[in-house]
Order: sequence, then C-alpha cells, then structure tokens
Amino acid sequence: MNLSSFHPALDALDAVLVIPAVAALVLVLLPGYWLSARLNVLTSLATLLAALSLLVERPAPGPYLFVDDLNITFVVLATFVGFTTSAFSASYIGHELEIGRLTPRYLRFYHAMYQTLMFAMNLGLLANNIGLMWVAIELATLTTVLMVGIYRTHEAIEAAWKYFILGSVGIALALFGTILVYMAARPVLGEGQDAMVWTTLIEKAGGLAPELLNVAFVFLMLGYGTKVGLAPLHAWLPDAHAEGPTPISAVLSGLLLNVALYALLRFKLLMAGNPAAVAPGPLMVSMGLLSLIFAGFMLYRRRDIKRMFAYSSIEHMGLITFAFGMGGPLANFGGLLHMTMHSLTKSAIFFAVGHIAQAKGTQRIAEIRGLTESHPVLGWGLVVGVVAIAGLPPLGIFMSEFLIVSSTFARAPLLAILLVFGLLIAFGALMLRLNEVAFGEPTGSTAPVKASYVPLFAHLALVLAAGIYLPGPLVAWFQAVARLLG
Amino acid sequence: MNGAWFDIAHMLAGGLVLLSLMLLYQDRMFALLNVFALHAVLLSASVAWQAQIQGAPHLYITALIALALKAVVIPVALRRIVVRLGIHRTIETVVGIGPTMLAGMGLVALSMVVMLKATAQADPLAREDLAFALSVVLLGLLMMVTRRNAVSQVIGFMSLENGLILAATGAKGMPLVVEISIAFSVLIAFIVIGVFLFRIRERFDSVDVSALDAFRGERR
Repeated sequence: MNLSSFHPALDALDAVLVIPAVAALVLVLLPGYWLSARLNVLTSLATLLAALSLLVERPAPGPYLFVDDLNITFVVLATFVGFTTSAFSASYIGHELEIGRLTPRYLRFYHAMYQTLMFAMNLGLLANNIGLMWVAIELATLTTVLMVGIYRTHEAIEAAWKYFILGSVGIALALFGTILVYMAARPVLGEGQDAMVWTTLIEKAGGLAPELLNVAFVFLMLGYGTKVGLAPLHAWLPDAHAEGPTPISAVLSGLLLNVALYALLRFKLLMAGNPAAVAPGPLMVSMGLLSLIFAGFMLYRRRDIKRMFAYSSIEHMGLITFAFGMGGPLANFGGLLHMTMHSLTKSAIFFAVGHIAQAKGTQRIAEIRGLTESHPVLGWGLVVGVVAIAGLPPLGIFMSEFLIVSSTFARAPLLAILLVFGLLIAFGALMLRLNEVAFGEPTGSTAPVKASYVPLFAHLALVLAAGIYLPGPLVAWFQAVARLLG
Repeated sequence: MNGAWFDIAHMLAGGLVLLSLMLLYQDRMFALLNVFALHAVLLSASVAWQAQIQGAPHLYITALIALALKAVVIPVALRRIVVRLGIHRTIETVVGIGPTMLAGMGLVALSMVVMLKATAQADPLAREDLAFALSVVLLGLLMMVTRRNAVSQVIGFMSLENGLILAATGAKGMPLVVEISIAFSVLIAFIVIGVFLFRIRERFDSVDVSALDAFRGERR
C-alpha cells in the first residue's frame, strides 16, 4: 500500500476536538485530585500537539469543520495557553483543595468543565458553519458560567448570575444576527446547508442582500461584542474574572475573548466582501476606542487586583478591535500580534496573581505590599508581566502597540491622539498600582508558597523574545493572515 | 402562496408580540407564568403552521419541543420554585407600567421600521415574520431590564428565545442543526438557571436580584 494514500480514520482536525471531549467524559468519572490534574495537563498537551500538526498538513474544508490561515492562528494560540494554564491550574487547585475552598466533588466537576471549555472553544474556531459556531460559543459561555460560580460565595454567585444574564442576552442577539445572515444568503445560495457554510458564504459575499447584512452585523457586533467585553457591554467581565478560580480568569482573558473576537472578524470579512453593505470598520473602531479609554479610567479606582487586570483586558480587547476595525495590512498585523502578546502576557499575569493571592490570602490591593521582598520570584514575575502589559520596551506588546499607533497616525491622526491618550491613562494606572504592590514594606504573610513558575516564565520569555526578535516565518505567517483580513 | 395561509401565519406571529406586551405588565408571579405558558403555546402553534406551509416536517419537532418544554415543564417547575420560595406576591418593577408599555410600543414600531426596510426584496411572509420576531426579542430584553426578580428575568429571557425560534422557523429552509440547538440551549439554560436559583435560595432565602446587589462592583 502506498503510504501517502494512507488516511487514518481520525485526522488531526478531529483530534483537536475529540481529545478534549473524551477527556471531559473521563474526568467526570475520575476521582482523586492527583490523577485528574495530571490527566488534564496531558490532554491539553495532546490537543496542542494535534493543533500544531494542523500547521503542517491541513485537511480539505468540510461542511462543518475547516482550517484556514486565520483560524489556525487562533487554534494554536488557544491550545497553547490552554496547556500552560492546565499546568498552572494543577498547582493552584492543589492549594485550594488544601485550604478547603474547593471540595473533591467540585474538583471533578472543575476538570471536566475545563476540558469541555477547551472543546467548545476549538469547535467555535474550527466551525465552517455559522450555526455551529454559535452553538460552540454558547457552550463555552455556559461552561464558564458554571466555573465562575464554583466557589459558591455570595460574590461568586452574583458574578456568575450577572455573567449568565448578560452573556445569554449577547448570545441571543448573535443568534438573531446569524439568522439574518442566513436570510441574506438564501436568495443566492439557496435553501439549506450551503447558506450557512463559511466557505460558500465568503465566496458569494458580493451577492448577499446588503440591507439585511447591515442589520445582521449590528446584532452580531452587539452580541459577540458582549462576549469580547467591549464597553458598554462589558459589565460581566470584571466580576467574572475576579470571583472565579484564577486559572479560569486566565483562560477567559487569554482565550475566550479571542474566540468571540474571531467570530466578529469572520463577519467583518463577510461585510467587507460585499461592496453595497456598510463598512464594518468604523463601528469596530469606535467601540474599540470607547472600551480602551473607558477601561483606562476605570483602572484607577480598582481595589481588587484580579478586577484591575480584568479592566486591563477590556482595554486591550478594545485596542485589538480598534486595530482590526482600522484594517489594512499594517494595522491587521499589529492587531494579530497584539492579540497573541496580550493572551500570553495576561495569562502570565493571572498565573502570578493567582499564587500571590494564595500566598497573601487576599485579593485586595491595599493589603498586598512589597512583593518583591516577601516573594521575590513571584513579585518580579508580576513586575515583568505588568511592565509588558503596560507596553514598555523591549517586550512584545510595545512592538504591537507601536505598530498600531504608527499606522493610525499615518491614516487618521485625530484617532491616533485619542488612542495614545487612552494608552497613557492605562499606563499611569498600572504603574501606580505596580509600585504599591511590588515595592515597599512587605505586609501580610511572607510564608513561601508552592507555586508553578514554569508556565509564568515560559509565557514571559516568549513575550520578551517576540519583543526583541520576531522570527521570519512567523512574520510571513502573520502578514499572510493580515492580508486575508483585508 | 395561498392568502389565508399567509393571514394565519401573520396572526400567530402578531399574537406573540401581543403576548410579549402582556408579559411586560403582569405584576403577579402566577399570572406571569400563565402568560408565558400561553406565549409558548402560541409559539408552538406558529412553528407548526410554518411546518405546514413550508412543507418542512422537521419543524414539527421544534414545535413539539416548544410545547412540551416551554408551555408545560418549565412553567410547572417555576411555579413550584415560586411556591417553595414564597414569592407569589407582587413583583416590583423598576419603572412604572405606563413608561414600560410606552417603551414596548416604541420598540415594536422600531423593529417594524428596521426590518421592513431591510427586507424589501425578501418574500412577504419571511419579512413580516422577521419584523415580529425582532419585536418579541426586543420586548424580552425590555422585560429583563425592567424586572428585578430573578424568576421574572428568566421568563423575560425565555420569551426572548421564543422570538429567536420564531425568526429561525420563519427563515425558510434553515438547517435543523440550529433549531435543535436552540431547544437544547433552552434546556441547558434552564438547568443552569435552576442550579443558580437553588443556590441563591440556599444562601439568601431570596431570589430578588437586588438582594445580591449589596456587592456593588467592588469588594471593599
């Protein structure tokens, strides 16, 4: 038999979905922390490897699933951060179990939900059907709602309820938009399956009914925009980040927001492919800019450390939406790079913050002082992370922000001034808080904490490396995707 | 298309909008649940009618799910919860009934204007169905905004989802995947909500969301 004609029954595309789904089922049944935490890490690693193999050889698009340059970028990023977060989660959850915040029964549920979430996010990214994509994002929302409420404290339940209500409304509006897209495509593509498949939709984008598409985009923007955390629809985000387990905050900020953004980008492409439809850019630019400036101001009033970084996520998602809204090869490149850097940096910050909150027994900024003295490794890790997220050289976020700002200056100087203003506001707030938390006389417990430093520093090293030198193939890759995004 | 067919589809969808408006001003729990059950019955009739005139038998499944789940199971379960929690008194509304109704009428007018304009070339049945569906969605949103009680917010959300099903079934030939998924999502959503209601009750003996608002955005 010829080797090249040999096709395994399960290709890598299926594996990215099947591995977490099967693992979720196994983890439901598996008792014991030690085994399930390790299985969680192993599964995430296997998913990452399957996703990486898609880079080399990708299967032909089917009616439900497909791989292209755009979504593979998101999938690799998602599975990578999913893997490192699972490693962080193993030590974090071990500590929570020790102090009795989580019981073994909830732990089983936690791990099963973690893999369900990974499955849902990968499905959302790989779906070739707008209906299927919607279902996947809804599933991801529901699993995170359950995870946010897992501590069952007063605050956690309110956060989960708020997230659930706002998230469901967002998802409902997105479904209405999806139905409208189908209605717009029906006259061209006919009834049934074809009118909901990406690859055919984008091919025939020019023939879609423009008026319906306009209305659809408003609903999609509001619906998926809620999930991206764009102001004024962001209210769920800080609560959900602050009250859930920290690994979930890392996954929310690093991945789930990206998945919603991906959905938005897809529909933006569809709009851009139709010359008679309204240009989607200005709406994205204005919502992005609003989120950026709003979150910048809100950063000053935060007293809870996880809540503060949640607002920082709103700020950065605003910036990324702004960049993609501007469009063009340079801004799209900056947006993609910024998205990658933000995912890596923000999850690294949450890894550090999670252990810090465990060491100090509090999330209140006022009660955390002098970290670099009491917990030097964690403290300096946080310093590097915050310096990176604030956009200082030589770290990766400086480069992506620089690209976005300079391309905006060239095309719309007025917007660029607002953009820089927002970035500076946020920068000031972060530096102010960092100074309080990291330096000075240590307060609270100085006992060492059992922490997993590897995920934290692996992320920071990647961000630093990207800031100093971007490898050629990666640049070419992102340039190709940026061109695809128009 | 037969004129009477069109009129009946129109009447059923219009009836849903009317019931959505009625939901807005129900100030007693049981009355609210009854109107919601009626809403679901009408939805299922409307979906079944669409199945008939489109010759799409799979839509009967959607109709059946709507009837069984939303008109029977969920109202009965919610009624039990309401009785067990002892909240079958009046509901507080954040805004008065007058302004709420005015806002509701405004939203209906808005959705008519938007949808009829946007769908000028589509076939008339789908057009008006979409306009009605958007009204139901917006009225559901309005209800969620004006109510403070967790149970009535849930009902507002479910009436919103009824509007989505109306839109999905009105879009001729939309793949079954979506309809089944909607039914599923309602089920899942309900389980989630049930869990939450249970927890909320367990912790505070109240399902008034404002009781949770003591925690205002920031932990102090």
